[in-house]
Amino acid sequence: MNASAIRNIGGWAIGVPLVIALLGFAFQGLASFNSSFFFAWPYFIEVLIAGLLQGVMYSLVALGFVLIFKASGIFNFAQGSMVLFAALTMVGFIEMGLHWTIAFAITAVVMALVAVGIERLVLRPLVNQPHIILFMSTIGIFYFLDGFGQTLWGSDIKVLDIGIPKTPMFVGKGMFEGGLLINSFDLVAAFVGAALVIALAVFFHYTRIGRALRAVADDHQAAMSIGIPLKTIWVVVWTAAGVVALVAGIMWGSKAGVQFSLALIALKALPVLILGGFTSIPGAIVGGLIIGSSEQLAEVFLGPLFGGAIQDWFAYMLALVFLLFRPQGLFGEKIIERI
Amino acid sequence: MTEAAAALNPAPSKLILTVNNIEVIYDHVILVLKGVSLEVPEGGIVALLGANGAGKSTTLKSISNLLRAERGEVTKGSIHFEGNQVDRLTPNDLVKQGVVQVMEGRHCFEHLTIEDNLLTGAYTRKDGRTAVQQDLDMVYNYFPRLRERRLSLAGYTSGGEQQMCAIGRALMSRPKMILLDEPSMGLAPQLVEEIFEIVKKLNETEGVSFLLAEQNTNVALRYADYGYILENGRVVLDGEAATLRDNEDVKEFYLGVSSAGRKSFRDVKHYKRRKRWLA
Repeated sequence: MNASAIRNIGGWAIGVPLVIALLGFAFQGLASFNSSFFFAWPYFIEVLIAGLLQGVMYSLVALGFVLIFKASGIFNFAQGSMVLFAALTMVGFIEMGLHWTIAFAITAVVMALVAVGIERLVLRPLVNQPHIILFMSTIGIFYFLDGFGQTLWGSDIKVLDIGIPKTPMFVGKGMFEGGLLINSFDLVAAFVGAALVIALAVFFHYTRIGRALRAVADDHQAAMSIGIPLKTIWVVVWTAAGVVALVAGIMWGSKAGVQFSLALIALKALPVLILGGFTSIPGAIVGGLIIGSSEQLAEVFLGPLFGGAIQDWFAYMLALVFLLFRPQGLFGEKIIERI
Repeated sequence: MTEAAAALNPAPSKLILTVNNIEVIYDHVILVLKGVSLEVPEGGIVALLGANGAGKSTTLKSISNLLRAERGEVTKGSIHFEGNQVDRLTPNDLVKQGVVQVMEGRHCFEHLTIEDNLLTGAYTRKDGRTAVQQDLDMVYNYFPRLRERRLSLAGYTSGGEQQMCAIGRALMSRPKMILLDEPSMGLAPQLVEEIFEIVKKLNETEGVSFLLAEQNTNVALRYADYGYILENGRVVLDGEAATLRDNEDVKEFYLGVSSAGRKSFRDVKHYKRRKRWLA
């Protein structure tokens, strides 16, 4: 750990609470001027926490993008439909009467098979083509998986219930009057997300395959030249992305039901990626947290200013601002350019 | 090391690589190599010389099988490594057999540290962590500069360091033979000399055979044992490095010295157009 890393951590430790406090005071000020705004500190914190937890759900989806982008430099448009496909498959197996753990295992295997298929039929013939061509091919994969999943399992809205508690809970009763309301489901999602990130980070940085994945991400040809087999690497990374999609599908599916719109939550992952950086796993998490919390806060405390419903577009506005000032995102790999 | 000593005086029959009359076509239409044959003795350094577009890189890539990824194909001829035909293998299999290519323009993994770059080179090995660690030390001993910069991202290191990193990375696969493409590209003369010194040392002490493509004929012929000169996808001349250095045509076309003293550029071009070497 070097000096700049310590400075970074210090910066975040001071900066984040500072920003939150400033936002709080700003909203408080706004409320004192205009009676159509409402502000109270416990309420502010409650909204903030709900937003953060919502953000973790975005991060789960964004993670899948990061994995594939990191290892192959491809923006995988199909990630959303992979989420849908995984969730549909899982529900299908549960409806057959299997326990959800077994259904999970089988679905993970199915996602691995999908990865093998994608490598064989799409990626292998396109080795060393420009990234834009690979990107276009993932649009094809999107539509295929989207249709294929619904052909296999039907297009009804399905319920996915693996027994995650959904009861609201109240915490910190001593600190605030009435305590803070937190959705326990979101809390579980946060733990799952954290576990996933730690596992992936360890995998990428401390294993032989992980190192090879990063190598392939940097330079396909050079990776080939030292004997890293691209097909194996791609199957591994698409499988990993498939499993991440499965986890995201389970969380979103049990929250909002398994239906076509699951494929579209991928769109919410976009601003997350722009904020966090396309190549950074921690970035996907932090990006998700920022997007989730800021859009909730904006909706609740700034909403009246615009007549409400700003949650739908606020994230994209934020991403746009980021693109202007820090195009590689908060944690993205610096664009290395030697002069 | 007796093995290395034997490698120093290779018996004429002991060839590690033979390329037999290969023809390479890109994209099904562009004929790039029109029948190239060459041999590399075990423990030798062989230079492949020629101007831009002569087919040096293509020859190396057809040996390492990186050609297919660029839509190229060996359509005629054969390539044998240690007596086995290898032109249908994948690059991965070939590295496992002991042939590794250092590509033109270095191609380090920019966002990986120097050390991670080197470690990726050991991907194909199955002989355990300690052996890999030992070889990492060996590479650092050959390239002390890499040890100093082991934790910097390769993208931020200098061109010379990147070239060293690329060679070191190839060494990590424990190769019997390295295909080295334009090691001198974009480097200061002093660094070029340094790199070639290390190549020579690796050849002598580790017994690694080298086939190197170079435009810098002068340096290449000083360090190599044997040379092939390519023009328009054909070998036009080959011989012992010392013989080639003294060849009048090589002197004139590639080393820029002429027995007839300085000439006007126009005369040289005229002369070259009239008199071509034929295979």
